[in-house]
Amino acid sequence: MTKPGRTLLKVQGLTKRFGGLVAVNNMTFDVHEHEVLGLIGPNGSGKTTTMNLISGAFPPSDGSITMNGQRLSGLAAHQIARRGVSRTFQLVRVLPGLSLVDNVVAGAAFGYRKRWGAEAEQFARGLLERIGLGDHMHLPVGSLTYIDQKRLELARALAGEPEVLLLDEWLAGLNPTELQEGIDLIAELRREGRTIILVEHVMDAIRSLCDRCVVMNSGAKIAEGTPRDVLSDPEVIRAYLGDE
Amino acid sequence: MTGSGWKEIGLAAGLVILAAFVPLVTDGYWLSIAVTAMMYIALATAWTLFSGPTHYISLATGAFFGIGGYLVATGMSDYDISFWVMAAVAPFVAVVLAAIVGAATLRLSGIYFVIFTLGLAEMIRGLVSWVQNNFLGSRGLYVLTDFTEAHIYWMLLIIAAVVYLIGWLIERSRLGFAMKIIGNDEGVAKHLGINTAAAKVALFMITGYFTALVGVVIAPRYSYIEPNLVFSPELSFLVVIMALLGGTQRLWGPIVGVIPFTLIWETISVSFPNATTFYLGLSFLLIVYFIPNGFVGLVEKLARRRQG
Ligand SMILES: Nc1ncnc2c1ncn2[C@@H]1O[C@H](COP(=O)(O)OP(=O)(O)OP(=O)(O)O)[C@@H](O)[C@H]1O
Ligand SMILES: [Mg+2]
Repeated sequence: MTKPGRTLLKVQGLTKRFGGLVAVNNMTFDVHEHEVLGLIGPNGSGKTTTMNLISGAFPPSDGSITMNGQRLSGLAAHQIARRGVSRTFQLVRVLPGLSLVDNVVAGAAFGYRKRWGAEAEQFARGLLERIGLGDHMHLPVGSLTYIDQKRLELARALAGEPEVLLLDEWLAGLNPTELQEGIDLIAELRREGRTIILVEHVMDAIRSLCDRCVVMNSGAKIAEGTPRDVLSDPEVIRAYLGDE
Repeated sequence: MTGSGWKEIGLAAGLVILAAFVPLVTDGYWLSIAVTAMMYIALATAWTLFSGPTHYISLATGAFFGIGGYLVATGMSDYDISFWVMAAVAPFVAVVLAAIVGAATLRLSGIYFVIFTLGLAEMIRGLVSWVQNNFLGSRGLYVLTDFTEAHIYWMLLIIAAVVYLIGWLIERSRLGFAMKIIGNDEGVAKHLGINTAAAKVALFMITGYFTALVGVVIAPRYSYIEPNLVFSPELSFLVVIMALLGGTQRLWGPIVGVIPFTLIWETISVSFPNATTFYLGLSFLLIVYFIPNGFVGLVEKLARRRQG
């Protein structure tokens, strides 16, 4: 593994209000280069909303997000993608009308490191092989199993060679065998030195994959540190148990 | 480049050459039907460039077409500008309008866009009529040229061929690929780095350009131009009907819709001149209800069934 490096992404005082509801409340944290940062917390604590703010799905009500010193908050989603942030969605969103290869080319053609034409297709095929979809290359997207759709979505997110990869519960809904495959896959991305924000409920995955964790509850940060430290923090335990 | 892509454009080129002979083998009634059909082929193909991939139903055809026809008439009648200069200039006015309308509305959902374009076309028609009646005196505008029906037909054929070629090129470009992604999931498209609003506006501008150009070229056929004639809501609806009848998922779809519907519409307008609006609505309902994906959809469904 590459050692975590300098600060890549800086989130400061990030706040999102939906009417009266404060979904994200004054969140501040850093993401270092080559680091897998776990963003965890009970259901409805604001994890997806935080991811949406980083990827530009909607603008923050307050606070700022910067990457390499450049401001991302306030930019539109497509501008943020072009600056090197890509993501997967909590509810998988593949492009059903496109072939598998085109699904991945879609991630390469407009994103951070742009590829087009034969080069993009070759790159897409390579990614599909790597991600374990090599044998399914010619199937229609609609016939893919759930995990294979998730794989495809991950390949698409990787196709732009992002600086930061946002994975929103990428491991949710997998059976135990698939889960192990999924964890291995992300572990490999981590070994490559990619910078990843991982929203996750699966404790085994958090323990084995994350360098650091930020824990959210009711929109606010309640703990930050190594997985072992935060998962034994009484306030974190209370937040999780209190929620169940 | 795939083999089927070249085959498609080769077939289209063959059809264009064949179509070019029409004025040589017929004249009078059938040539005039052919001119009308060629006008709708150009309009419906241009409409599909934008509305096919975006699924936004545009009722702005009459507005763009009217800008072309009305400006060429004003330029020639009032300012003695040549037809060709107006043909070069007028479509760009439509492009500017398309850019403004696009920027103002394409962030909204599809339903607002339909209403907006219809309202826009009607507003421009009302505005132009009002200006003409109150300030210019209601004298007529004449477009007097030496063009025969055959000349007009050939010009329309060239426009239709160029629109088709552009559509074919767009389908193979990054813009076309972006549109396909937007059609699948606009939210995902944005997160992949696609400026979805700009892509849609760009296509709408291309549609606006060619729609206005058709308005310019057809104007000499009417020779006497008044706002109600060229800013026609009926035209907007007819183009939508024909494109939907043919199917908008393929570039050639609208052409397949235009040819039968031009004949049907001709029969209706001659036999029931006072009930055209009724038949317009009826056709719309029948097509949307029974063949929502048009002839293209039917053909592809049959092909799939044969395979399966
Ligand atoms: N677009 C929205 N409009 C209004 N409220 C929203 C919106 N998105 C999220 N919320 C609310 O914000 C809160 C945080 O939701 P969020 O989806 O971020 O939680 P989460 O931590 O991702 O939960 P989960 O673990 O269940 O995915 C919830 O109360 C949710 O209902
Ligand atoms: Mg969530």
